[in-house]
Amino acid sequence: MKRYTKANGCLLQNGLYDPRFESDSCGVGFVAKLDGLPSHNIINCAIKVLINLEHRGALGGDKSTGDGAGIMIDIPDSFFRENLQNDSIKLPDLGDYGVGMIFLPSNEKHKENCIKYIEKFVFDEGCDILGWRKVPVNNSCIGELAKSTEPTIYQVFVHRGQIKRENFERKLYVIRRQIEKTIDAEKSDMSQFYIASFSSNRIVYKGLLTANQLNNYYLDLSDSRFKSKFGIVHQRYSTNTQPTWNLAQPFRFLAHNGEINTLNGNINRMKWREFHLKSDLFGDDIEKIKPIIIETGSDSAIFDNVLELLVLGGRSIPHAMMMMVPEAYGPKIHMSEDKRAFYDFHSAIMEPWDGPAAIIFTDSRYLGAILDRNGLRPTRYTVTKDGIIVLASESGVLEFTPENIIKKSRLSPGKMLLVDFNQNRVVPDKEIKAKISRQKPYRRWIKDNIITLRGLFTPSNAQEEDEETLLRKQLIFGYTEEELKLIISPMASRGQEPIGSMGNDTPLAVLSEKPNLLFYYFKQRFAQVTNPPIDPLREELVMSLESFVGGESNLLEESPENFKGFKLPHPIITPEDLNKIVIANHPDINVVWIDILFNKKDGEKALENAMESIFAKATYSIQSGITIFILSDYNTDENMIPIPSLLACSGLHQYLSKKGLRTRTSIIIHSGEVREIMHYALLVSYGADAICPYLVLSTIYNMAKNNLLEENLKPEEYIDSYIVAVKKGLLKTMSRLGISTFHSYFASQNFEAIGLCNELVEKYFSGTISRLDGINIEDIQKEAIERHNKGYSNKKNLEYFLPSGGEYSLRVDGEKHFWNPNSISLLQLSTKTDNYEIFKEFTNFVNNDERSPLAIRKILSFKKRNSIPINEVEPIESILKRFVISAMSFGSISKEAHETIAIAANRLGIRSNSGEGGEDIERNLNNSRSKVKQIASGRFGVTPEYILSADELQIKIAQGAKPGEGGQLPGHKVTPDIARVRHTTEGVTLISPPPHHDIYSIEDLAQLIYDLKCINPNSKISVKLVSESGVGTIASGVAKAQADIVVISGYEGGTGASPLTSIKHTGIPWEIGLAETHQTLIYNDLREKIKIQVDGQLKTGRDIVIATLLGAEEYGFATSILVTLGCVLLKKCHQNTCSTGIATQDPLLRAKFSGKPEYIERFLKFLAQEIREIMAYLGFRTINEMIGRTDILEFKPPINLWKAQKLNLSPILNPRIKNTNIYHIPNIQKDVEMYDDNFLNQLQPAIEHLSPIEISLPIKNIHRAVGARLSGYIINKYGQNYLPDDTIKINFYGSAGQSFGAFLTKGITFKIEGDANDYLGKSMAGGKIIVVPEKNASFSPHDNVICGNVTLYGATSGEVFINGKAGERFAVRNSGATAVVEGVGDHACEYMTGGVVVCIGSTGKNFAAGMSGGIAFIFDETQMFDTKCNLDMVDLESVWDKKDISFLRSLLEKHFLLTSSPKAKAILERWESSLPLFVKVIPLEYKKVLERIKQSEHRDIEIVSATEEVYNG
Amino acid sequence: MAKSGGFKEYQRENPKKIQIEERIKNFNEFEILLPKNNIIEQASRCMDCGIPFCHTFGCPTNNFICDWNHLVYKNHWKKALELLHLTNNFPEFTGRVCPALCEKSCTLSINFEPVIIKQIELQIIEKGWEEGWVLPIISNYKSGKKVAIIGSGPAGLACAQQLVREGHNVVVFEKNNRVGGLLRYGIPDFKLEKHIIDRRIEQLKAEGIIFETDVNVGSDISINYLKRTFDAIVIAIGAYEPRDINVIGRDLKGIHFALDFLINQNKINAGDKLSDEIINAKDKEVVIIGGGDTGADCVGTAKRQGAKSITQIEILPEPPKERQIYNPWPFYPKIYTTTSSHEEGCNRLWSLSVSRFEGENGFVKKIYLKKIIWDENNKLEKTSFRESNEPEIEIKADLVLLATGFLHVKLDTMLTSLNIKFDEKGNIKVDNNYMTSESKFFAAGDSITGASLVVKAINTGRKVAEKVNLYLNSI
Repeated sequence: MKRYTKANGCLLQNGLYDPRFESDSCGVGFVAKLDGLPSHNIINCAIKVLINLEHRGALGGDKSTGDGAGIMIDIPDSFFRENLQNDSIKLPDLGDYGVGMIFLPSNEKHKENCIKYIEKFVFDEGCDILGWRKVPVNNSCIGELAKSTEPTIYQVFVHRGQIKRENFERKLYVIRRQIEKTIDAEKSDMSQFYIASFSSNRIVYKGLLTANQLNNYYLDLSDSRFKSKFGIVHQRYSTNTQPTWNLAQPFRFLAHNGEINTLNGNINRMKWREFHLKSDLFGDDIEKIKPIIIETGSDSAIFDNVLELLVLGGRSIPHAMMMMVPEAYGPKIHMSEDKRAFYDFHSAIMEPWDGPAAIIFTDSRYLGAILDRNGLRPTRYTVTKDGIIVLASESGVLEFTPENIIKKSRLSPGKMLLVDFNQNRVVPDKEIKAKISRQKPYRRWIKDNIITLRGLFTPSNAQEEDEETLLRKQLIFGYTEEELKLIISPMASRGQEPIGSMGNDTPLAVLSEKPNLLFYYFKQRFAQVTNPPIDPLREELVMSLESFVGGESNLLEESPENFKGFKLPHPIITPEDLNKIVIANHPDINVVWIDILFNKKDGEKALENAMESIFAKATYSIQSGITIFILSDYNTDENMIPIPSLLACSGLHQYLSKKGLRTRTSIIIHSGEVREIMHYALLVSYGADAICPYLVLSTIYNMAKNNLLEENLKPEEYIDSYIVAVKKGLLKTMSRLGISTFHSYFASQNFEAIGLCNELVEKYFSGTISRLDGINIEDIQKEAIERHNKGYSNKKNLEYFLPSGGEYSLRVDGEKHFWNPNSISLLQLSTKTDNYEIFKEFTNFVNNDERSPLAIRKILSFKKRNSIPINEVEPIESILKRFVISAMSFGSISKEAHETIAIAANRLGIRSNSGEGGEDIERNLNNSRSKVKQIASGRFGVTPEYILSADELQIKIAQGAKPGEGGQLPGHKVTPDIARVRHTTEGVTLISPPPHHDIYSIEDLAQLIYDLKCINPNSKISVKLVSESGVGTIASGVAKAQADIVVISGYEGGTGASPLTSIKHTGIPWEIGLAETHQTLIYNDLREKIKIQVDGQLKTGRDIVIATLLGAEEYGFATSILVTLGCVLLKKCHQNTCSTGIATQDPLLRAKFSGKPEYIERFLKFLAQEIREIMAYLGFRTINEMIGRTDILEFKPPINLWKAQKLNLSPILNPRIKNTNIYHIPNIQKDVEMYDDNFLNQLQPAIEHLSPIEISLPIKNIHRAVGARLSGYIINKYGQNYLPDDTIKINFYGSAGQSFGAFLTKGITFKIEGDANDYLGKSMAGGKIIVVPEKNASFSPHDNVICGNVTLYGATSGEVFINGKAGERFAVRNSGATAVVEGVGDHACEYMTGGVVVCIGSTGKNFAAGMSGGIAFIFDETQMFDTKCNLDMVDLESVWDKKDISFLRSLLEKHFLLTSSPKAKAILERWESSLPLFVKVIPLEYKKVLERIKQSEHRDIEIVSATEEVYNG
Repeated sequence: MAKSGGFKEYQRENPKKIQIEERIKNFNEFEILLPKNNIIEQASRCMDCGIPFCHTFGCPTNNFICDWNHLVYKNHWKKALELLHLTNNFPEFTGRVCPALCEKSCTLSINFEPVIIKQIELQIIEKGWEEGWVLPIISNYKSGKKVAIIGSGPAGLACAQQLVREGHNVVVFEKNNRVGGLLRYGIPDFKLEKHIIDRRIEQLKAEGIIFETDVNVGSDISINYLKRTFDAIVIAIGAYEPRDINVIGRDLKGIHFALDFLINQNKINAGDKLSDEIINAKDKEVVIIGGGDTGADCVGTAKRQGAKSITQIEILPEPPKERQIYNPWPFYPKIYTTTSSHEEGCNRLWSLSVSRFEGENGFVKKIYLKKIIWDENNKLEKTSFRESNEPEIEIKADLVLLATGFLHVKLDTMLTSLNIKFDEKGNIKVDNNYMTSESKFFAAGDSITGASLVVKAINTGRKVAEKVNLYLNSI
């Protein structure tokens, strides 16, 4: 949920807190009777489902207020009929009346007002009011917060009057929209007013409640006359504690678990479409329902708005869902021609509403559920013999007798399940979609209407420019030598976005003294926690860059007209391609060129006026039938200066959108400015349909000709390769946000502007987040002129060099860097010689010297206060306790450096962090243990022992240098030692998945925290986030998930290897994110519950004092620590050639490491001392007194920096929060409740005496992380591998909750009879888990799903036997466990680095993506496995080796022995004929990998091959 | 970026030198350029650092070292030369005589041997000359403004070239009969053969610079003439005032300033007529006071002249062999170095100060030295010293060369008549725009900084040119 609501007037923007950033996730489910006969039992069952999902919701600061819960059911006709008799209201037949469930303001006058409007519009539209009913509620059971905002709830009964029955639903919608609009426009606070539902067949009961409260609050729900054939329930977990009654779900047509990542783009495009909506069904009413989207709603509510329009506009609900949530249909995916045509056709009129989503929907006839294309939310269902179907986020939410169950299954990615109450049956995905795909001749429509431009995209070519013209243009567009060498050359030579390391230490564009391209005033946004990034490497088959130029007409019409225009496989076109479009002889392609230039002689307003004339020309052109605008800056000359392409593009796009002229027209950018991936991403995101980067292509041509590129290719090949790099980069940029398709990314404006003034943003980039004000359009003009002058300085001969750049590595004429020879040499000298005076020189240089760049903290200064003597300030020792050394992995840095850091930290009694690469357990013994152990998405080395050796466990959601991406360790740094600690293969590049595969959502994070607290209750839990707008809201969610510490990392941080785009353009400074976090937590009454830690280029006492004043109470250091150890920022960490022995694994170089723990100790003590001095000066005795005291700070930019002057930092400094001095108050840690406590006592004697024991226990889905505590107990006592196998055997009966058997250690065997949910065997190390269906289950185990998603994530050893199918991403990141399973979903064995998987049933697609170790055996009965396997990193062969054969057989025998699997039995019985059907999946040999790495030097060939195919395909 | 990990593959390779016995027979340069292939290997050792200390910290003219290393590695010599010329007008001079601060601050030097930056620089420019790439760059714009430059040392020449390329008319006045200043007269031929200067002067002339030699400004032409004729005047007359030692016997014959000695030999090599007396070390016991570079040049020159013995005396203590904790990288290493002249044979004595000279017949014969004791009163620098009570040391000396450094600019008639202000050290005082206290008079090089390196002179020459250009465009 990303929009803001006015509900209760609470959610108003305040300081940096903005309700737009709210986000939520949850649990959903439905129960239905296939016979369609209403019963009260269904409602009871639905509520039971809700209660059993309660752990997926959240409580706010006030313990008893839930984030929202609700239920949608049929209209309980007989209940109302009887109930209303008392009020002498006689209801007509069901279907002839509608019921509105209305939340009315508690203020009487407002209430009356609302009622008046409601009745007015009902009458106006020709219906009648039958009467009002006050809904009986009991508010004694609800929380204070909920009570304070509780509305008065009424039901209004409406007769259809003259309206035809078939039009009645539509009319109710029209009435509702008018009521909503009118009341929304009222001046007084009507925020409590809300219409939960208004329908003739469905009704919604919901509120700011917990699952348990729903039933007690609404008395109707317990009335036995209250009946329905189905019940949809929803339990909400919002990241904020200011949720409202209105935002509880279900909405009118759906309930949604997940997040719509693409929402911005969806909303923007719906706005243009509104202008063209026409419908016979609505007739003139169409105007009354506009705007369609209520932007103040949540993502789910907005989805509901559009779904409602489509359904009431005439499409069936499954059809509408297929349009909005299309499954992936790329070339790698097998599907029928008709279905592909359906999706193709609809892509021209509706972009995917994409993101992690399990959506349950109904229009009363159909009840269904659909899953997003990535399958990022769990959805399990059970069908019984007595005609009940229950579907929910988890299995086991309703209990059935085993004999009664016909089917247990799950929804797969992109699939739909439908209950048809007319046919009284469950319709499978294939059947629904086949029927809908053929209802219109989509295939023919496409064939007839597609415009093919012959030769488009065939050979890439570029115009050859003479050297001088080229140089002049490069100067005008601000090219630098560095860009040519560091960015364009690797892209053109290797088709790869370049990688760098050591973060970003240059100023923001607005704090720079140099003119910056407009692009650099924007920062990319990215997904963290509430939605996962997508994996563009291993899961690219769900992604697409296809774009559609033209198209779009009336959304409510199904006609071939919708498909007018042409398709581009990707948005980058060469000048030749563009020419083909220009000369195309087709009635629908009418091109106009518009120069985007301004005349430098036209005065101060030249640029602004030029923009206006572009708009005027465009408007005129549309009237004369133009369909394609080409915005070109090609004709720049001595006087005509290019307008920044982004300004022209976004300006025109927004202008046309607001005028309703944007559909059916396309904008192509023809600009010399565009060259970096960031540029393309911005243009696309701000409305460019396609981009022709003529100058960079000419540049490449010229470089190729002059032999300045790396490989030996033809110019055309370099250009091709460059375009490939751009495409990959775009995919990565989209995936970072969790967006899969270009269609959804287009016009989505997923950027944050820093340093642009509000009027500018409002006019040309409206809707973009921009919080600190900044430069205006005249300043942009000024910078453009400055660049242009370089190209036309008339006096001198042009020098044959561009400015050097210096953005990434320091150059004397380039950008300033925080780390430069002065700062490095002073810091090293002071710590080596233990000289505090030199240290002061260092801090003085960093803080004040003009050679050191600006940061936000540097334009803040202290107000004068009364000083105190320094001896009154708290001592160095107590300040030191707040210091931590941030995560740097063993692998990224050398053993020597890693241990030196830990030793220094331990000597000082502070915490250092292992980083994500695991840690040798031996280090516990020699005082070089890192106290903080990090858990990242790769789960490298995350064993139970590792977790138990931590004082603090840090979940790394994102890191400053590359948020939204996983860590990377190039193969040449993976030495045998590192491979051992990480449980991987030596020499194989390690890439962590972009998302944690057990955190797709906030409730998943809560689950992981719960898991960790179960195994190691003594450890604190921290969650590392990266600063971006909205991070405060996420931090609130983190606090509610019971974490102890939240880390806010600045964008500038980062010691590891990352793509340069991420280093430079993603995330924002910590100052903003920190202030936002502090404010938001206070606002939500959560600040005392959680500690805020900050990191990102902290170097001086001043930096830390400012961080404290902005709300931080702990401080992390990384780069500065490395500098004290001898790092001189070679920025070669990713090449393994660090000559100071720090970021390398080369023994020759490691031997050169000369850092000493003392250096770090001195540095941190110096810092603490300096902090004390500042505290004394400011008159603070303790850090606690300083936390959040923004009143001490004022904005003071240096006079000479004209851009910095224009900022407005008041959102950071002046939140309207009264008491800002609030900080974390440690309380005694409560032990979490866990199921293990019920049996641990019973097992203790056996554990003491190592005597085998076997017990039996019932289990339910609410019992989570079972076994974690037990394992922790055993490991603490004996270590990880001590207990003999099967010492402890527990037989569970029922449905196991999430993370069953997590961290299970050797000696423990769990058997579950029933089924299990997600994350079974997470990080397991030596345990054994057996999953079998209930003994007397009537279904065949082989065909049913009895195990959830993401099984064995990060497991390092142990065994799992599953007599049934499992869900998606089976054994992802398994590095040593063995599993036998009878069917798996998509992406199985992803990123596997060790262990064995035997699958004797069907597999989903993308098997073995990124699998670099271990083996898998697949029983491939259909002989189709090779089409489902991702062959980038593995080979397939038959099982011929004798050892393999006997190994496989023994596993199957064991499987049969433990599970009595009929399938295993059948295979073993016919072994001779079965064996040939087995396929062995093996990662390409280790030797080959080594060879390849050697051949390609440091080039990351895995990445190349992994992503290459999709483009060529 | 050069080759990743190239430094692990290749060791630093220093250029070879002609054998000592051979090279001391004449005054020619004796360093042999490395073969081009070796240079490419050597360039590949460059790590293309995130923070190139060589470029931003070491090199006074901020040569784009890592970038041209990369170009050399990629065999793009011409482009490398263009880039080198972007920051340094005369790499053939610095490539020969620079103490290579860049190499001292090279990040490889922390744990490995630094890249042979100076040699690469030299090879780039020498290849440029060979291939005919060094051509006059003639401005296609003429400002019509006139600039006079007084002094044709590296600062004056760099300044002149920058200004002529901006389209101004530039006249360089030189009091000697040949241009080049200290480059020509102070640096021995075995370090810089003078035809190297001549070929560069040809380029400067072709670009339009007019050289007026044998003109002593202030006497041969008047200050008023200058003021009248030129829109701006740049003073680049060096810092020739030598530091003397005032002890008993200083007036004895055979005691000379080092520079006089060096100039003497350079003029002989050039075939110039000598107006002064000939100072020759042949068969003499030569004592050189001062352990710096000038002293070392005297050693090499005296050796070639056939000195009987050569002793070099330094007041500072013998430096350590390695960097000390308070003198870490990237700062200039205060360590014991052996120059090529020292290799050729010389006795070096440390912690000594001259207490008196003793002579016969008015000619110096002996030198008496006092042992100096240095106090370590500050961790960072050894600042104070005292004479020890030990008895004086006595050394034979027929020829004493005072290489004890230079004080400041030499006060000549021009400066006096101009009424120019000086800083506390006695050098010409300039403002942020390098303008002196006298309007439209600028100053560059050693005359504002005191005696320093050629590379620094080139750098200030360029910087002054930039300011002069702004000034000229503003009037």
